[in-house]
Amino acid sequence: MQLLFSPIIAIISFFEGIGRYVLLMTSMFRSFNRWHKYISYSIDQMIIIGVKSIPIIILTAFFSGMVTSVQSSYQFSSWIPDWYVGSVVGESVLLELGPMITGLVLTGRVGATIAAELGTMRVTEQIDALESLSFDPVVFLIFPRIVAGIVMFPILVIVADFFGIFGGWFTASYTMDVTSFEFFKGFRTWFHPWDAWFGLIKAVSFGFAITSIACYYGYFTKGGAEGVGKATTLTVVISCVTIVFLDYVLAVMFL
Amino acid sequence: MIKVRDLYKSFDGNKVLKGVNFSIETGEAVAIIGKSGSGKSVLLKHINGLLKPDSGEIWVDNKLVNTLSFRKLQNIRAKMGMVFQAGALFDSLTVGENIGLALRRLTKLRENEVLERVQSSLIDVDLQGTENLMPAELSGGMKKRVGIARAIAIKPDFLLYDEPTTGLDPVMTDIINRLIVKFQKINSITSIIVTHEMRTVFDVSNRIIMLHNGKVQFDGTSEEIKNCNDLAVRQFITGDSSLVC
Repeated sequence: MQLLFSPIIAIISFFEGIGRYVLLMTSMFRSFNRWHKYISYSIDQMIIIGVKSIPIIILTAFFSGMVTSVQSSYQFSSWIPDWYVGSVVGESVLLELGPMITGLVLTGRVGATIAAELGTMRVTEQIDALESLSFDPVVFLIFPRIVAGIVMFPILVIVADFFGIFGGWFTASYTMDVTSFEFFKGFRTWFHPWDAWFGLIKAVSFGFAITSIACYYGYFTKGGAEGVGKATTLTVVISCVTIVFLDYVLAVMFL
Repeated sequence: MIKVRDLYKSFDGNKVLKGVNFSIETGEAVAIIGKSGSGKSVLLKHINGLLKPDSGEIWVDNKLVNTLSFRKLQNIRAKMGMVFQAGALFDSLTVGENIGLALRRLTKLRENEVLERVQSSLIDVDLQGTENLMPAELSGGMKKRVGIARAIAIKPDFLLYDEPTTGLDPVMTDIINRLIVKFQKINSITSIIVTHEMRTVFDVSNRIIMLHNGKVQFDGTSEEIKNCNDLAVRQFITGDSSLVC
């Protein structure tokens, strides 16, 4: 009997979860009119989420660019000139690798941190304490993190784009017979400004998705240390799936 | 004045409160006792609106707490300090920032006045000079005292204590008990102390409410509870597990 009902219970709790997420985001958006009161907390979060993520973004983007360069050169047959490497690296980084690598890396670095932080605050009654001191925890804890995510993700994607292309150029120049002139000739040939804008649209969407999912799981954490661990794991898993899903949906919508 | 009427609350089908009724007059110090899991903390969190009841009413200063909007609830909470079981201090803030947080956000005090209030609150709990320490650097007893300092800094009319002495050594328990009595007597604060430590109960309260099976099992003075023949009450105050109730 229990086996019969468990899928139904799972479906109900899935929709309950979506409902709770929507309600949480609604109260977060409602607090936008009080943004000036919480701007200092948002700036703190921008430093934590954005500035402190720059080294890991540079590292991963640089290597992604290098790999793209090597693999495209490997796949080109003799009748495709090597200077096309620049176009492949440019398009791959701007359209896909920059936003995607940033999203996936920050899911681990930022999403997990937010979920663990808010989850710990929940299980140690710090969120209750905030409420008892007349603070709105949604405005105080969630609003600054989501704003910081929306603002900082595009900046991080710009950094990732730059270092991804730089990594591609570096490899092409030093390990293949492609001069800088040829690499950037290829890059310019297929460059469309819209591709860069599209990457930034993705960045805003990923920034919102990752921070809001992390805030949701952290804020509604139940139980002790086990609950915090569960919230963190769910944040990473759900954020990764959401990013891949959003990547597809946005590509269909805008390309 | 606080009134609780027919309060029911359950979590995932587990009925915790099954029709709780009582009133607390201004200036009273009331201990709420009961076994672990009897719903004491749940009851306390209903009083300042942290939890919503399944049914029933909670009145504070003639305002029905469970139907108030968030803004109006904030006005009630501004008059109500709460001391949490493990202190619930904000990890990322210093002791001084923990105490000053609500003052800076909710009052129109100038920065020097906030700092003065923080200092005087720390002196009240005998923790002067600790304002720059982080919560991780404090002992359990110190955390509880900072929690009390944070609650009294807003100069509340009501103070809610959730297990203020649980897990502390006898000397620290006595220090906390004296603090509770001091704030209740000097400032005429209405105090509700949730505890299962009988020493705290007899030291700080002038009235005791015992929760058992989700209902009020006993409501009376310290003398009355000592002479009470109810088995559940006797078992609790004597700690005699051989008594069957």
